[in-house]
Amino acid sequence: MSRKIVVPFGPQHPVLPEPIHLDLMLEDERVVEAIPSIGYIHRGLELLVAKREYPEYVYIAERTCGICSFIHGMTYCQGIEQIMDVDVPPRALYLRTIWSEYSRLHSHLLWLGLFADAMGFENLFMNAWRLREQVLDVLEETTGGRVIQGSCKIGGVRRDIPQENLAGMAADLSPFEHELGELGTVFLKDDSVNSRLVGVGHLSRDDAYTLGAMGPVARGSGVAIDIRKTGYAAYRDLRFEPATETAGDCYARCAVRVKELFSSVDLIRQAIDRMPEGEIEVKVKGNPEGEYFSRAEQPRGELVHYVKGDGSKHLVRSRIRTPTLTNIPPLVKMLQGCELADVPIIVLSIDPCIGCMER
Amino acid sequence: MTYLKRSPWILHYDASSCNGCDIEVLACLTPLYDVERFGIVNCGNPKHADVFVVTGGINEQNKAVIRNLYDQIPDPKVVVAVGICATSGGVFRECYNISGGIDTAIPVDVYVPGCAARPESIIDGIVQSLGILEEKRAKMLGRKRTKTAGTEGR
Repeated sequence: MSRKIVVPFGPQHPVLPEPIHLDLMLEDERVVEAIPSIGYIHRGLELLVAKREYPEYVYIAERTCGICSFIHGMTYCQGIEQIMDVDVPPRALYLRTIWSEYSRLHSHLLWLGLFADAMGFENLFMNAWRLREQVLDVLEETTGGRVIQGSCKIGGVRRDIPQENLAGMAADLSPFEHELGELGTVFLKDDSVNSRLVGVGHLSRDDAYTLGAMGPVARGSGVAIDIRKTGYAAYRDLRFEPATETAGDCYARCAVRVKELFSSVDLIRQAIDRMPEGEIEVKVKGNPEGEYFSRAEQPRGELVHYVKGDGSKHLVRSRIRTPTLTNIPPLVKMLQGCELADVPIIVLSIDPCIGCMER
Repeated sequence: MTYLKRSPWILHYDASSCNGCDIEVLACLTPLYDVERFGIVNCGNPKHADVFVVTGGINEQNKAVIRNLYDQIPDPKVVVAVGICATSGGVFRECYNISGGIDTAIPVDVYVPGCAARPESIIDGIVQSLGILEEKRAKMLGRKRTKTAGTEGR
């Protein structure tokens, strides 16, 4: 019989780009229990609604997270637009969809790189990030920003993408997809990757459902939840199926994200093909009065922006719930009974975005 | 970069950044920017580091962590505050949980503005900090020499 010891993990840890703290209760090398503590990057930006007018708050909403910033801004705008009954022009909805999918591509490539880094596979890390730069180039050309885009506004979008640029983007997708294929093959077929991932950090379908897992964590365990299927922005016109796996281990979560890379490329292609002509914004007058839960699919899962206005320039309340927060209870479950050496891999497999989570 | 005689190691810590600057710091290491060709390596251990790169503003919970990391880095060391939040608090300046930029907790040598700071400006900031690191080193060495010569206190 061995005695229990507690090993602190984080907030500063070589494998984590962001601070989260876990107290790992160990018996020999096995984790018996993991106790998370958060709050290292809490800023309290929800209360800024009292100090910023509602159209300005888009900038704050975007800066909730630097990885899925566009989707945060868009979800907030959607909420206000629903309260105020704003009819967003279809072209703006399609542009939002395209930028959302490029954000997803850059986020997933970033995560695949960090995941490879956690496995100690340096070459794969560099390759994933090399591909990611191509996505960032497109985002920079079309919006002006690499990671914080600032192109979404209430009533539409700030910038249009000219038709000839759209054609260029569509043409670039094929060679890009080919490179993604090569990268994905290494993640899914390579022996050394498989031996680190298969069977590690298992989460059953029931646990995923009852503990409120979202996004690729839920889909890796066979729960086909994808908020894009609710048909916000232009998703109602586009064909896609949520990528799912049934194994529920780190490999399955990795495979879901690799599949989503290709579905994102396909969605961008469809959106460019069907891009309607017309305006990109409508003028918004007055102030929001009412409340709305706005939902969207982030690269990590379901994002909820709750907004409530009382007819003044300032909102009464904004509440942001991000997928990483709901993925923490499943993470604690996954860590029970794993080896200490697998902890970094399992923590990264939920794609923790602490900046989002703590707001 | 021929004047770079040593290989400076970086310790990166995310204070309360939105991730935007963090991923740009990481992007500096990857093939497009590749600071490793200058010998700059990102390390996870404060005791191996020369340059402390901090992103985001200071809040109550991370103040102690940042001071602790700063104290563990051996002298001479330089601190680079990356992004407008690390410089002054940025858009989050008025948040109830943000007390300001990194300089409210530890001394900062180089400020890199931007939201998010671009990799080019981060590299520029780090290269500038290396000059300061060299000055600090020379100063330390000078102080040591005077000590051994027994001229201290004159």
